[in-house]
Amino acid sequence: MTKEHANWSPYDNNGGSCVAIAGANYCVIAADTRMSTGYSILTRDYSKICKLADKAVLASSGFQADVKALQKHLAAKHLIYQHQHNKQMSCPAMAQLLSNTLYYKRFFPYYAFNVLGGLDSEGKGCVFTYDAVGSYERVGYSSQGSGSTLIIPFLDNQLKSPSPLLLPAVDAVTPLSEAEAIDLVKTVFASATERDIYTGDRLEIVVLNADGTRYEYMELRKD
Amino acid sequence: MESNQAKPGLLCNPEASQRTLYPYVTGTSVVALKYKDGILMAADMGGSYGSTLRYKSVERMKPIGKHSLLGASGEISDFQELLRYLDELILYDNMWDDGNSLGPKEVHNYLTRVMYNRRNKFNPLWNSLVLGGVKKGQKYLGMVSMIGVNFEDNHVATGFGNHLARPILRDEWHENLTFEEGVKLLEKCMRVLLYRDRSAVNKLQISKITEEGVTISQPYSLKTFWGFSAFENPTLGAEGSW
Repeated sequence: MTKEHANWSPYDNNGGSCVAIAGANYCVIAADTRMSTGYSILTRDYSKICKLADKAVLASSGFQADVKALQKHLAAKHLIYQHQHNKQMSCPAMAQLLSNTLYYKRFFPYYAFNVLGGLDSEGKGCVFTYDAVGSYERVGYSSQGSGSTLIIPFLDNQLKSPSPLLLPAVDAVTPLSEAEAIDLVKTVFASATERDIYTGDRLEIVVLNADGTRYEYMELRKD
Repeated sequence: MESNQAKPGLLCNPEASQRTLYPYVTGTSVVALKYKDGILMAADMGGSYGSTLRYKSVERMKPIGKHSLLGASGEISDFQELLRYLDELILYDNMWDDGNSLGPKEVHNYLTRVMYNRRNKFNPLWNSLVLGGVKKGQKYLGMVSMIGVNFEDNHVATGFGNHLARPILRDEWHENLTFEEGVKLLEKCMRVLLYRDRSAVNKLQISKITEEGVTISQPYSLKTFWGFSAFENPTLGAEGSW
């Protein structure tokens, strides 16, 4: 029998880019709001950012249905955590939970590319970056998703973080001020939007600091 | 199959598989939008068996409970199965007899879970679904795909509609469309689809949902004009090698 139909796939790539930058006393998490399939845009206003706890914010791109399932699962786990411990989960704890959750589905993975940003117990910015099956690392800044190949080298160039090979270990937080970091995020997204067809429409930025959480938005190219 | 050798595993043998590998009878685009008082939705009544136009009176929009309206493209039998699930859902919700009823948001979330669950079992319901509704003055319009991708928007369209109708909607849609303007806009979209989507037919229904409930129109046809110069000599610029 000749092949008449394309084989069905349980996965899709809905595109989008995520960025997080950690500073000495803040963390900036950002993602665009475009959702696509193939060459079509499904919607121009879909948030990829999920606030999981007071000091842990998750930005994810990849397959929207898996991302949504992952967010719901983490939110449910966090609710149980609050009932058991009477406090909010810390960002490093949420990072480990996310890793375990992703690895639990190692042989039918969540097609989700995550960046988790937040503040650690000392109020310092922290960023955790993942692959789809749960391996993760604490870094000073990171990008995931369709535009990451354009964004990462730009951030590397601008932020010049110390080598992780240095001994003793040097803190990976960026030297930028909060306002400078937000400006940088806006610039990298405007740049990625120029070349990546899956990034665009609108930028959603979440800023975490000692005062709490703040949301900012910026329009991006819609073509 | 001519050989009587042991068949390979179920997953890699489509012959022995019990899941939907491809659809049989399918419906084409559904287009829907928010307007001043609620949601308007349009779908034609064709049921295609591959490229054969097999059925011509398929109802692809149905009311769900008191506050929701569901439109479907894709496999018609899967849609009808889904309607049975929803009937049960609404019935069991009604049996609480607490004066409370599922709104469009809840129904849309339920559909999302059903579609995603079936894709997790590698046994999808082969549909793109559009759910619209109004409850307590809140308008709701969302979509769910075969593999569970879901979102809300002010206007949505499935399949070809996403390519041909949504650009028109992005141009002309605004929050305060009246009923007449909304219907006119939907008809414009359906006419473009009729001209350019080969599985679309000129027999459609438009349905409306407001706080007062659902009304689905009788089937009707659109006025067409086939004299456009672009429609004349369609093969002129496409010379074949033969």
